Amino acid sequence: MKIAITITAPQTDAPADPRFGRAAAFCVIDTDSGAREAHPNPALEAASGAGVRAAQTLIDLGVEAVISGAYGPKAHQVLAAAGLGLYLAPAEVKELDALIERFQSGALARAETATNGGHAHA
Amino acid sequence: MPEPLRIAVASGKGGTGKTTLSSALALVAAGRYATRLLDCDVEAPNAALALRPSLSEQRAVSIPVPRVDEARCTHCGRCAEVCRFNALAVTPRQVLVFDELCHGCGSCVWICPEQAMSESEARIGMLDAGTTETGIDFAQGSLDVGQSSGVPILRALKRWTPAAWRVSPRIEIRDAPPGASCAVVETLRDVDAALLVTEPTPFGLHDLKQVVAICRELGLPTAVAINRDGIGDAAVEDYCAEQALPILLRIPLERHLAESLAQGNSLIEAAPEYREPLARLLQGLIELAEAPR
Repeated sequence: MKIAITITAPQTDAPADPRFGRAAAFCVIDTDSGAREAHPNPALEAASGAGVRAAQTLIDLGVEAVISGAYGPKAHQVLAAAGLGLYLAPAEVKELDALIERFQSGALARAETATNGGHAHA
Repeated sequence: MPEPLRIAVASGKGGTGKTTLSSALALVAAGRYATRLLDCDVEAPNAALALRPSLSEQRAVSIPVPRVDEARCTHCGRCAEVCRFNALAVTPRQVLVFDELCHGCGSCVWICPEQAMSESEARIGMLDAGTTETGIDFAQGSLDVGQSSGVPILRALKRWTPAAWRVSPRIEIRDAPPGASCAVVETLRDVDAALLVTEPTPFGLHDLKQVVAICRELGLPTAVAINRDGIGDAAVEDYCAEQALPILLRIPLERHLAESLAQGNSLIEAAPEYREPLARLLQGLIELAEAPR
Protein backbone atom coordinates (compact mmCIF):
# COMPACT_ATOMS: atom_id res chain seq x y z
CA MET A 1 0.00 0.00 0.00
CA LYS A 2 1.22 3.50 -0.90
CA ILE A 3 0.97 6.09 1.86
CA ALA A 4 2.18 9.71 2.10
CA ILE A 5 3.42 11.67 5.11
CA THR A 6 3.83 15.45 5.01
CA ILE A 7 7.50 16.34 5.69
CA THR A 8 9.49 19.53 6.33
CA ALA A 9 12.09 19.05 3.55
CA PRO A 10 12.23 17.03 0.32
CA GLN A 11 14.33 14.25 1.85
CA THR A 12 13.18 10.80 2.88
CA ASP A 13 14.64 11.24 6.38
CA ALA A 14 13.06 14.66 7.02
CA PRO A 15 10.78 15.07 10.04
CA ALA A 16 6.98 15.22 9.68
CA ASP A 17 5.43 18.59 8.75
CA PRO A 18 2.26 19.37 10.74
CA ARG A 19 0.76 21.29 7.78
CA PHE A 20 -0.89 19.71 4.75
CA GLY A 21 -1.39 22.24 1.93
CA ARG A 22 1.75 24.22 2.80
CA ALA A 23 3.90 21.25 3.81
CA ALA A 24 7.38 21.49 2.31
CA ALA A 25 7.21 18.03 0.76
CA PHE A 26 5.61 14.57 0.84
CA CYS A 27 7.32 11.30 1.65
CA VAL A 28 5.61 8.53 -0.32
CA ILE A 29 6.15 5.14 1.27
CA ASP A 30 5.40 1.70 -0.15
CA THR A 31 4.50 -0.15 3.04
CA ASP A 32 5.01 -3.54 1.38
CA SER A 33 8.55 -2.98 0.06
CA GLY A 34 9.55 -0.20 2.44
CA ALA A 35 10.64 1.96 -0.53
CA ARG A 36 10.51 5.72 0.06
CA GLU A 37 10.43 8.69 -2.30
CA ALA A 38 10.41 12.39 -1.39
CA HIS A 39 8.30 14.72 -3.60
CA PRO A 40 8.46 18.51 -3.20
CA ASN A 41 5.01 20.04 -2.67
CA PRO A 42 4.16 22.07 -5.80
CA ALA A 43 1.49 23.93 -3.79
CA LEU A 44 4.05 25.53 -1.47
CA GLU A 45 4.15 28.78 -3.47
CA ALA A 46 0.52 28.69 -4.66
CA ALA A 47 -1.26 32.03 -4.28
CA SER A 48 -4.52 30.24 -3.52
CA GLY A 49 -5.90 26.74 -3.22
CA ALA A 50 -2.73 25.19 -1.75
CA GLY A 51 -4.74 22.41 -0.09
CA VAL A 52 -6.51 21.57 -3.35
CA ARG A 53 -3.23 21.43 -5.28
CA ALA A 54 -1.46 19.36 -2.63
CA ALA A 55 -4.38 16.91 -2.54
CA GLN A 56 -4.35 16.66 -6.34
CA THR A 57 -0.62 15.88 -6.23
CA LEU A 58 -1.14 12.95 -3.86
CA ILE A 59 -4.08 11.62 -5.90
CA ASP A 60 -1.94 11.75 -9.05
CA LEU A 61 0.86 9.89 -7.23
CA GLY A 62 -1.57 7.05 -6.54
CA VAL A 63 -1.41 7.37 -2.77
CA GLU A 64 -4.09 5.49 -0.77
CA ALA A 65 -3.58 6.99 2.70
CA VAL A 66 -2.20 10.27 4.06
CA ILE A 67 -0.67 11.15 7.43
CA SER A 68 -0.50 14.84 8.34
CA GLY A 69 -1.04 17.11 11.33
CA ALA A 70 -3.98 19.02 9.85
CA TYR A 71 -6.39 19.08 6.90
CA GLY A 72 -8.16 22.21 5.69
CA PRO A 73 -11.74 22.02 4.41
CA LYS A 74 -10.97 21.93 0.68
CA ALA A 75 -8.05 19.51 1.01
CA HIS A 76 -10.22 17.22 3.14
CA GLN A 77 -13.05 17.35 0.63
CA VAL A 78 -10.80 16.51 -2.33
CA LEU A 79 -8.91 13.69 -0.56
CA ALA A 80 -12.12 12.19 0.80
CA ALA A 81 -13.78 12.37 -2.64
CA ALA A 82 -10.85 10.40 -4.05
CA GLY A 83 -11.32 7.77 -1.34
CA LEU A 84 -7.97 8.28 0.44
CA GLY A 85 -7.68 7.36 4.13
CA LEU A 86 -6.79 10.47 6.16
CA TYR A 87 -4.85 10.03 9.40
CA LEU A 88 -3.67 12.50 12.02
CA ALA A 89 -0.04 12.66 13.09
CA PRO A 90 0.23 13.42 16.82
CA ALA A 91 2.11 16.73 17.28
CA GLU A 92 4.86 15.13 19.37
CA VAL A 93 5.68 12.37 16.85
CA LYS A 94 8.03 13.70 14.15
CA GLU A 95 9.92 10.55 13.09
CA LEU A 96 8.61 8.87 9.95
CA ASP A 97 9.43 5.35 11.23
CA ALA A 98 7.35 5.97 14.36
CA LEU A 99 4.44 7.29 12.30
CA ILE A 100 4.55 4.35 9.89
CA GLU A 101 4.62 1.93 12.80
CA ARG A 102 1.63 3.62 14.45
CA PHE A 103 -0.22 3.65 11.14
CA GLN A 104 0.36 -0.09 10.63
CA SER A 105 -0.69 -0.95 14.15
CA GLY A 106 -3.90 1.07 13.77
CA ALA A 107 -2.93 3.58 16.45
CA LEU A 108 -3.43 6.75 14.37
CA ALA A 109 -6.76 8.60 14.61
CA ARG A 110 -8.64 9.27 11.39
CA ALA A 111 -9.44 12.85 10.36
CA GLU A 112 -13.17 12.42 9.84
CA THR A 113 -13.60 16.14 9.08
CA ALA A 114 -11.37 19.11 8.32
CA THR A 115 -9.28 20.07 11.34
CA ASN A 116 -9.51 23.80 10.77
CA GLY A 117 -11.14 26.52 8.67
CA GLY A 118 -9.63 27.62 5.39
CA HIS A 119 -6.84 30.16 5.02
CA ALA A 120 -8.19 31.52 1.74
CA HIS A 121 -7.53 35.16 1.07
CA ALA A 122 -7.29 37.50 -1.89
CA MET B 1 -18.14 61.37 -25.67
CA PRO B 2 -14.76 62.61 -24.37
CA GLU B 3 -13.10 60.47 -21.73
CA PRO B 4 -12.76 62.03 -18.28
CA LEU B 5 -9.37 62.77 -16.80
CA ARG B 6 -8.81 59.94 -14.33
CA ILE B 7 -6.93 60.30 -11.06
CA ALA B 8 -6.40 57.37 -8.66
CA VAL B 9 -5.67 57.88 -4.97
CA ALA B 10 -3.63 54.95 -3.61
CA SER B 11 -1.19 54.44 -0.75
CA GLY B 12 0.12 50.99 -0.11
CA LYS B 13 -0.26 51.23 3.65
CA GLY B 14 -3.82 51.21 4.97
CA GLY B 15 -5.19 54.05 7.05
CA THR B 16 -3.01 56.81 5.54
CA GLY B 17 -5.98 58.87 4.32
CA LYS B 18 -6.87 57.65 0.81
CA THR B 19 -10.59 58.03 1.32
CA THR B 20 -10.15 61.34 3.18
CA LEU B 21 -8.19 62.78 0.25
CA SER B 22 -10.11 61.20 -2.62
CA SER B 23 -13.46 62.39 -1.26
CA ALA B 24 -12.03 65.86 -0.54
CA LEU B 25 -10.55 66.03 -4.06
CA ALA B 26 -13.92 65.06 -5.52
CA LEU B 27 -15.68 67.78 -3.49
CA VAL B 28 -13.20 70.42 -4.65
CA ALA B 29 -13.34 69.20 -8.25
CA ALA B 30 -17.15 69.24 -8.25
CA GLY B 31 -17.06 73.00 -7.62
CA ARG B 32 -15.54 73.50 -11.08
CA TYR B 33 -16.03 70.36 -13.17
CA ALA B 34 -18.51 67.56 -13.72
CA THR B 35 -17.00 64.96 -11.37
CA ARG B 36 -17.43 61.32 -10.52
CA LEU B 37 -15.92 59.25 -7.74
CA LEU B 38 -15.44 55.48 -7.93
CA ASP B 39 -14.85 53.72 -4.62
CA CYS B 40 -12.58 50.89 -5.77
CA ASP B 41 -11.86 49.55 -2.27
CA VAL B 42 -14.19 46.62 -2.91
CA GLU B 43 -13.34 44.76 0.31
CA ALA B 44 -14.34 47.71 2.50
CA PRO B 45 -15.85 50.57 0.50
CA ASN B 46 -16.40 53.60 2.74
CA ALA B 47 -16.09 56.78 0.68
CA ALA B 48 -19.90 56.95 0.90
CA LEU B 49 -19.50 57.84 4.59
CA ALA B 50 -17.72 61.07 3.71
CA LEU B 51 -19.66 61.94 0.53
CA ARG B 52 -23.13 60.70 1.62
CA PRO B 53 -24.52 59.90 -1.85
CA SER B 54 -28.10 58.79 -2.27
CA LEU B 55 -27.67 55.37 -3.85
CA SER B 56 -30.43 54.75 -6.37
CA GLU B 57 -29.10 51.99 -8.60
CA GLN B 58 -27.72 48.56 -7.93
CA ARG B 59 -26.54 45.59 -9.94
CA ALA B 60 -24.97 42.25 -9.16
CA VAL B 61 -21.57 41.24 -10.54
CA SER B 62 -20.95 37.63 -11.48
CA ILE B 63 -18.15 35.63 -13.05
CA PRO B 64 -18.35 32.54 -15.25
CA VAL B 65 -17.43 29.46 -13.20
CA PRO B 66 -16.96 25.99 -14.71
CA ARG B 67 -19.52 23.19 -14.53
CA VAL B 68 -18.58 19.64 -15.53
CA ASP B 69 -20.62 17.18 -17.56
CA GLU B 70 -19.52 13.98 -15.78
CA ALA B 71 -20.98 11.88 -18.61
CA ARG B 72 -18.38 13.33 -21.01
CA CYS B 73 -15.49 13.81 -18.56
CA THR B 74 -12.66 11.28 -18.77
CA HIS B 75 -10.96 12.69 -15.62
CA CYS B 76 -7.81 13.43 -17.61
CA GLY B 77 -6.94 16.26 -15.23
CA ARG B 78 -6.06 18.93 -17.83
CA CYS B 79 -8.49 21.44 -16.29
CA ALA B 80 -6.90 21.18 -12.83
CA GLU B 81 -3.42 21.46 -14.37
CA VAL B 82 -4.20 24.66 -16.23
CA CYS B 83 -5.94 26.40 -13.31
CA ARG B 84 -3.54 28.96 -11.78
CA PHE B 85 -5.82 29.38 -8.78
CA ASN B 86 -6.26 25.68 -7.92
CA ALA B 87 -10.03 25.98 -8.18
CA LEU B 88 -10.39 22.46 -9.61
CA ALA B 89 -9.42 19.00 -8.41
CA VAL B 90 -9.82 15.87 -10.51
CA THR B 91 -10.27 12.55 -8.73
CA PRO B 92 -10.65 9.25 -10.61
CA ARG B 93 -14.43 9.44 -10.25
CA GLN B 94 -15.33 13.11 -9.95
CA VAL B 95 -14.23 16.69 -10.67
CA LEU B 96 -14.53 19.12 -7.76
CA VAL B 97 -14.96 22.83 -8.49
CA PHE B 98 -14.30 25.47 -5.83
CA ASP B 99 -16.22 28.51 -7.07
CA GLU B 100 -14.74 30.76 -4.39
CA LEU B 101 -11.22 30.19 -5.76
CA CYS B 102 -12.25 30.66 -9.41
CA HIS B 103 -11.26 33.91 -11.15
CA GLY B 104 -13.50 33.21 -14.15
CA CYS B 105 -10.65 33.12 -16.69
CA GLY B 106 -12.18 30.27 -18.71
CA SER B 107 -8.90 28.38 -19.27
CA CYS B 108 -10.35 25.08 -18.03
CA VAL B 109 -13.29 25.25 -20.43
CA TRP B 110 -10.96 26.14 -23.29
CA ILE B 111 -8.46 23.34 -22.64
CA CYS B 112 -10.93 20.48 -21.99
CA PRO B 113 -10.32 17.94 -24.79
CA GLU B 114 -13.77 16.36 -24.32
CA GLN B 115 -15.79 19.62 -24.32
CA ALA B 116 -17.11 18.40 -21.00
CA MET B 117 -17.06 21.84 -19.37
CA SER B 118 -19.45 24.74 -19.62
CA GLU B 119 -19.72 28.05 -17.78
CA SER B 120 -22.33 29.13 -15.30
CA GLU B 121 -22.66 32.62 -13.81
CA ALA B 122 -21.87 32.89 -10.10
CA ARG B 123 -22.44 36.12 -8.15
CA ILE B 124 -19.35 37.55 -6.43
CA GLY B 125 -20.48 41.04 -5.41
CA MET B 126 -22.47 44.21 -6.03
CA LEU B 127 -22.21 47.65 -7.56
CA ASP B 128 -24.13 50.67 -6.16
CA ALA B 129 -24.46 54.09 -7.72
CA GLY B 130 -26.10 57.44 -7.19
CA THR B 131 -25.32 61.12 -6.83
CA THR B 132 -24.42 63.38 -3.93
CA GLU B 133 -26.07 66.67 -2.92
CA THR B 134 -22.78 68.28 -3.87
CA GLY B 135 -23.32 67.08 -7.45
CA ILE B 136 -20.82 64.22 -7.56
CA ASP B 137 -21.67 61.08 -9.53
CA PHE B 138 -20.79 58.21 -7.21
CA ALA B 139 -20.37 54.45 -7.56
CA GLN B 140 -18.84 51.75 -5.40
CA GLY B 141 -18.16 48.04 -5.72
CA SER B 142 -18.41 45.53 -2.91
CA LEU B 143 -17.08 41.99 -2.88
CA ASP B 144 -19.24 39.32 -1.22
CA VAL B 145 -17.80 37.76 1.94
CA GLY B 146 -15.79 34.61 1.15
CA GLN B 147 -14.92 35.62 -2.42
CA SER B 148 -11.27 35.76 -3.35
CA SER B 149 -10.83 38.37 -6.10
CA GLY B 150 -12.18 41.89 -6.40
CA VAL B 151 -10.77 42.37 -9.89
CA PRO B 152 -13.95 41.36 -11.80
CA ILE B 153 -15.94 43.80 -9.61
CA LEU B 154 -13.51 46.59 -10.52
CA ARG B 155 -13.76 45.81 -14.22
CA ALA B 156 -17.56 45.97 -14.00
CA LEU B 157 -17.40 49.17 -11.92
CA LYS B 158 -15.18 50.90 -14.48
CA ARG B 159 -17.45 49.92 -17.38
CA TRP B 160 -20.74 50.85 -15.73
CA THR B 161 -22.70 53.96 -16.69
CA PRO B 162 -25.64 54.23 -14.28
CA ALA B 163 -28.71 56.05 -15.57
CA ALA B 164 -28.59 58.57 -12.71
CA TRP B 165 -25.21 59.93 -13.79
CA ARG B 166 -24.49 63.02 -15.88
CA VAL B 167 -23.40 62.07 -19.36
CA SER B 168 -19.84 63.33 -19.59
CA PRO B 169 -17.76 63.97 -16.49
CA ARG B 170 -14.53 65.98 -16.80
CA ILE B 171 -12.86 64.40 -13.74
CA GLU B 172 -12.97 60.84 -12.40
CA ILE B 173 -11.42 60.18 -8.98
CA ARG B 174 -10.76 56.58 -7.93
CA ASP B 175 -10.37 55.66 -4.27
CA ALA B 176 -8.01 52.65 -4.48
CA PRO B 177 -7.83 49.70 -2.09
CA PRO B 178 -4.88 49.55 0.33
CA GLY B 179 -1.95 47.25 -0.41
CA ALA B 180 -0.30 46.46 -3.72
CA SER B 181 -2.49 43.58 -4.87
CA CYS B 182 -4.17 42.81 -8.19
CA ALA B 183 -7.11 45.04 -7.17
CA VAL B 184 -4.74 48.02 -6.78
CA VAL B 185 -3.21 47.33 -10.19
CA GLU B 186 -6.68 47.09 -11.73
CA THR B 187 -7.64 50.44 -10.14
CA LEU B 188 -4.47 52.14 -11.42
CA ARG B 189 -4.32 50.47 -14.81
CA ASP B 190 -6.03 53.07 -17.02
CA VAL B 191 -5.75 56.31 -15.02
CA ASP B 192 -4.00 59.49 -16.17
CA ALA B 193 -2.27 60.24 -12.85
CA ALA B 194 -1.82 58.67 -9.42
CA LEU B 195 -1.76 60.43 -6.07
CA LEU B 196 -0.07 58.33 -3.39
CA VAL B 197 -1.02 59.22 0.16
CA THR B 198 1.52 58.21 2.74
CA GLU B 199 2.68 58.96 6.25
CA PRO B 200 6.29 59.78 7.16
CA THR B 201 7.01 56.50 8.97
CA PRO B 202 8.97 53.36 8.03
CA PHE B 203 5.62 51.62 7.49
CA GLY B 204 4.34 54.34 5.18
CA LEU B 205 7.60 54.35 3.22
CA HIS B 206 7.83 50.57 2.87
CA ASP B 207 4.37 50.29 1.33
CA LEU B 208 4.73 53.51 -0.69
CA LYS B 209 7.70 51.97 -2.51
CA GLN B 210 5.58 49.00 -3.57
CA VAL B 211 2.89 51.21 -5.11
CA VAL B 212 5.47 53.50 -6.73
CA ALA B 213 6.87 50.37 -8.41
CA ILE B 214 3.41 49.60 -9.82
CA CYS B 215 2.96 53.20 -11.04
CA ARG B 216 6.38 53.10 -12.74
CA GLU B 217 5.52 49.79 -14.40
CA LEU B 218 2.27 51.32 -15.69
CA GLY B 219 4.04 54.51 -16.77
CA LEU B 220 1.79 56.73 -14.63
CA PRO B 221 2.56 60.33 -13.68
CA THR B 222 2.74 60.07 -9.90
CA ALA B 223 2.67 62.54 -7.01
CA VAL B 224 2.69 62.15 -3.24
CA ALA B 225 0.66 63.63 -0.38
CA ILE B 226 2.07 63.32 3.14
CA ASN B 227 -0.54 62.90 5.85
CA ARG B 228 0.27 63.25 9.57
CA ASP B 229 3.23 65.39 8.48
CA GLY B 230 5.69 66.02 11.30
CA ILE B 231 5.56 62.57 12.91
CA GLY B 232 8.08 59.81 12.19
CA ASP B 233 11.23 60.61 10.24
CA ALA B 234 12.49 62.23 7.03
CA ALA B 235 12.90 59.00 5.04
CA VAL B 236 9.74 59.51 2.94
CA GLU B 237 10.91 63.00 1.92
CA ASP B 238 14.37 61.73 1.06
CA TYR B 239 12.85 58.92 -1.00
CA CYS B 240 10.53 61.31 -2.88
CA ALA B 241 13.43 63.64 -3.66
CA GLU B 242 15.56 60.76 -4.87
CA GLN B 243 12.73 59.39 -7.04
CA ALA B 244 11.67 62.86 -8.31
CA LEU B 245 8.17 62.38 -6.89
CA PRO B 246 6.55 65.79 -6.27
CA ILE B 247 5.00 66.22 -2.82
CA LEU B 248 1.83 68.16 -3.62
CA LEU B 249 0.19 68.34 -0.18
CA ARG B 250 1.10 68.02 3.48
CA ILE B 251 -1.45 67.57 6.23
CA PRO B 252 -0.03 67.88 9.74
CA LEU B 253 -1.27 65.60 12.51
CA GLU B 254 -3.86 67.70 14.34
CA ARG B 255 -6.25 66.48 16.97
CA HIS B 256 -9.22 68.57 15.82
CA LEU B 257 -8.87 67.15 12.28
CA ALA B 258 -8.79 63.56 13.51
CA GLU B 259 -11.82 64.15 15.74
CA SER B 260 -13.89 65.70 12.97
CA LEU B 261 -12.92 63.07 10.36
CA ALA B 262 -13.75 60.33 12.86
CA GLN B 263 -17.29 61.68 13.02
CA GLY B 264 -17.68 61.05 9.30
CA ASN B 265 -17.04 64.60 8.07
CA SER B 266 -15.16 65.23 4.86
CA LEU B 267 -11.79 66.97 5.12
CA ILE B 268 -13.37 70.18 3.79
CA GLU B 269 -16.09 70.11 6.46
CA ALA B 270 -13.50 69.26 9.11
CA ALA B 271 -11.08 71.99 8.02
CA PRO B 272 -12.36 74.51 5.44
CA GLU B 273 -8.86 76.06 5.32
CA TYR B 274 -7.83 73.01 3.23
CA ARG B 275 -10.11 74.04 0.36
CA GLU B 276 -7.38 76.15 -1.27
CA PRO B 277 -4.51 73.64 -0.85
CA LEU B 278 -6.83 70.91 -2.17
CA ALA B 279 -7.73 73.01 -5.22
CA ARG B 280 -4.00 73.48 -5.86
CA LEU B 281 -3.48 69.72 -5.41
CA LEU B 282 -6.19 69.00 -7.99
CA GLN B 283 -4.68 71.53 -10.38
CA GLY B 284 -1.24 69.98 -9.85
CA LEU B 285 -2.57 66.52 -10.63
CA ILE B 286 -4.37 67.73 -13.77
CA GLU B 287 -1.16 69.41 -14.98
CA LEU B 288 0.83 66.26 -14.22
CA ALA B 289 -1.70 64.15 -16.16
CA GLU B 290 -1.76 66.49 -19.13
CA ALA B 291 1.98 67.17 -19.29
CA PRO B 292 3.59 65.80 -22.46
CA ARG B 293 5.41 62.55 -21.78
